[in-house]
Amino acid sequence: MNDSRGRNLPPLSLHIPEPPARPGEEADFSHIQVTPAGETPRPDSSAAAHDLRDMAFGLVRVMDDAGQAVGPWDPRLSPDALRTMLRDMALTRAFDDRMFRAQRQGKTSFYMKCTGEEAVAVAQTHALDREDMCFPSYRQQGILITRGCPLVDMMNQIYSNKGDALKGRQLPIMYSSPEYGFFTVSGNLTTQLPQAVGWAMASASKGDSRIAAAWCGEGSTAEGDFHAAMTFATVYRAPVIINVVNNQWAISSFAGFAGGEATTFAARAIGYGIAGLRVDGNDALAVYAATAWAAERARTNNGPTLIEHFTYRAEGHSTSDDPSAYRSAEEGVKWPLGDPIARLKTHLITIGEWNEDRHAAMDLELAESVKAAQKEAEKNGILGHGLHQPFETMFEDVFEEMPPHLKEQQAQMMAERMRKWPNGGQGPR
Amino acid sequence: MSDAPTRRMNMIEAINSAMDVAMTRDADVVVFGEDVGFFGGVFRATAGLQQKFGKTRSFDTPITECGIIGVAVGMAAYGLRPIPEIQFADYIYPALDQLVSEAARIRYRSAGQWHMPITVRSPFGGGIFGGQTHSQSPESIFTHVSGLKTVIPSTPYDAKGLLLSAIEDNDPVLFFEPKRIYNGPFDGHYDRPVQPWAKHPASEVPEGQYTIPLGKAALVREGQDLTVITYGTMVHVGLAAVEELGVDADVIDLRTLVPLDIETIEASVKKTGRCVIIHEATRTSGFGAELAAQIQERCFYHLEAPIERVTGFDTPYPHSLEWAYFPGPVRIGMAIEKVMKD
Repeated sequence: MNDSRGRNLPPLSLHIPEPPARPGEEADFSHIQVTPAGETPRPDSSAAAHDLRDMAFGLVRVMDDAGQAVGPWDPRLSPDALRTMLRDMALTRAFDDRMFRAQRQGKTSFYMKCTGEEAVAVAQTHALDREDMCFPSYRQQGILITRGCPLVDMMNQIYSNKGDALKGRQLPIMYSSPEYGFFTVSGNLTTQLPQAVGWAMASASKGDSRIAAAWCGEGSTAEGDFHAAMTFATVYRAPVIINVVNNQWAISSFAGFAGGEATTFAARAIGYGIAGLRVDGNDALAVYAATAWAAERARTNNGPTLIEHFTYRAEGHSTSDDPSAYRSAEEGVKWPLGDPIARLKTHLITIGEWNEDRHAAMDLELAESVKAAQKEAEKNGILGHGLHQPFETMFEDVFEEMPPHLKEQQAQMMAERMRKWPNGGQGPR
Repeated sequence: MSDAPTRRMNMIEAINSAMDVAMTRDADVVVFGEDVGFFGGVFRATAGLQQKFGKTRSFDTPITECGIIGVAVGMAAYGLRPIPEIQFADYIYPALDQLVSEAARIRYRSAGQWHMPITVRSPFGGGIFGGQTHSQSPESIFTHVSGLKTVIPSTPYDAKGLLLSAIEDNDPVLFFEPKRIYNGPFDGHYDRPVQPWAKHPASEVPEGQYTIPLGKAALVREGQDLTVITYGTMVHVGLAAVEELGVDADVIDLRTLVPLDIETIEASVKKTGRCVIIHEATRTSGFGAELAAQIQERCFYHLEAPIERVTGFDTPYPHSLEWAYFPGPVRIGMAIEKVMKD
């Protein structure tokens, strides 16, 4: 049938993205082009953004299938540095396993693992300076672990217990630590990106030497905040690294719902005139090298970099999620870029600096240290068992000074407590 | 204070002077926003600041309110004391998440590890033929949010003193500037010639530093028979209406909505037993509803008549019918008659 202008066209149809495989189907990663390690060139970190366009469609990889580090992006780290990186990644995984179990045992309300993505936070933190400021999302516990934050402190937060520096106010894993350069995690996605840019602008305007780094997932690049951050970053050439952790899944929505079918996430940089790198996120050496490149670029007033870390969320979004309901169970084993810890381990063994026995011993030792930290943290209590914060602290820190209406409401709450527990109002101890 | 040199200023000049003083005293104070830098703002509030303090202290931004406030949060985390401008309060909505979920909550969620000394300046309110996107009064959206302070001045003197307090405050403050009275007070009679600030005593403004504490209302007229509670442009409209009707009224200029000076309100309503609340914002869930609720909680047995609210209507702000929308002398007069009847 012809339309009002006499054209004979098929009717319009709406495209709803669909992932290659659903539960019960064979996992299909045939659309992923895995660039051979060492093949992607390494431009100078001061190169003009328009000369870097191809980087957004390539894949920086250092470790080849045989476990050798090859090509221009090889950061040539010492065996000691490699072993420390491996250890930080293994510790992150051991911590995750223990805390996931603690949630399943009813000791806290919620937990989020970063299994399969350890290289992103850990290798990046090794490449950044200790004084650089991190604006993480919710899956970068590896930053705190790498910077040496005591595991007990992290667990206290997860348990919302007496030792929780955040006074039991935040959902588990939404850490905050000025001491470790780790900005308070928000549950609202990507708000941290323009904040990181603002911090970096302040650092630049004060003639400081510190840079900022921020993380978000591929799914939340769809948020307006992402684009606001990119615009500010390019306009003021802010010394900031914007990391998009493309782990393929935003809860149950595959990357196609953030525009991943049409282009790469690194390519978002091109429209802003920002340097964009696309990196094998499961290759710790590639992640390290790309971050070091971006950090050097930022620190020499050459502006921001967007890094897409191509990786895979090996487990559920959180303890509240069941990925078997929406994706092929085979995906984890078929993922073409392997496991970040196994790959770095293989590399160290290949170059003769590590072996299976040492690895097994390390895993055992780390599991023991996490267990010991957990025991220590649980002395401060676990969520839902006993009173960990005095009731009146609910009203503190809303403002620097408590205004009259909050004092009045605080008194009301204390009166409620007194009615419920006449013995001092603090409830069962 | 009395020895300090003063100068006649309109409200824009007073606001500009406040930022000038703050930027001189504290190198961490920075101002930015759309058209704020070289040009000095569409209302000229930041005029001259870039020339005086340099481009890193006063600068233009991309047109993204989300970005403007998000960047302010990051700067505050670094240790700066940012004063972002949202060009019109009507444009503030893209920044809501950064204000409500971030700036307002960071002290609480980090248990005081970080705080957000941000003052968001934004012209608000109608009466300038701005149509529905340059006339809104969104203050009650922010008074509803825990962790935000909301300040609205009504004179040049108050504007400077309150703005300096807001800048010194270590928590985020929404500083809404009633743009109808930037250049002169307004009695609500849109068909009469505009009066300049120069004839008003509160245009005599100290050139240096002084503050007016947040959370303290001003009793701008004292009377026995009625309490009129209002803020911003409507302070002047309300005062004029009271004089024209010959009612012996207390007129309270709230100046700060959160934290609210309920003591001043309570004392007045207990004295007069009658109360009219005036604001330009839409009626339903407006700040007047909060005031009426709190007054009946505290003063119910002193009230001689139901509390009356005089507000804008629950429609978008119309362009050609602006003066039919605006809560002017007629609407205020009807409310006062009603509340004074028995």
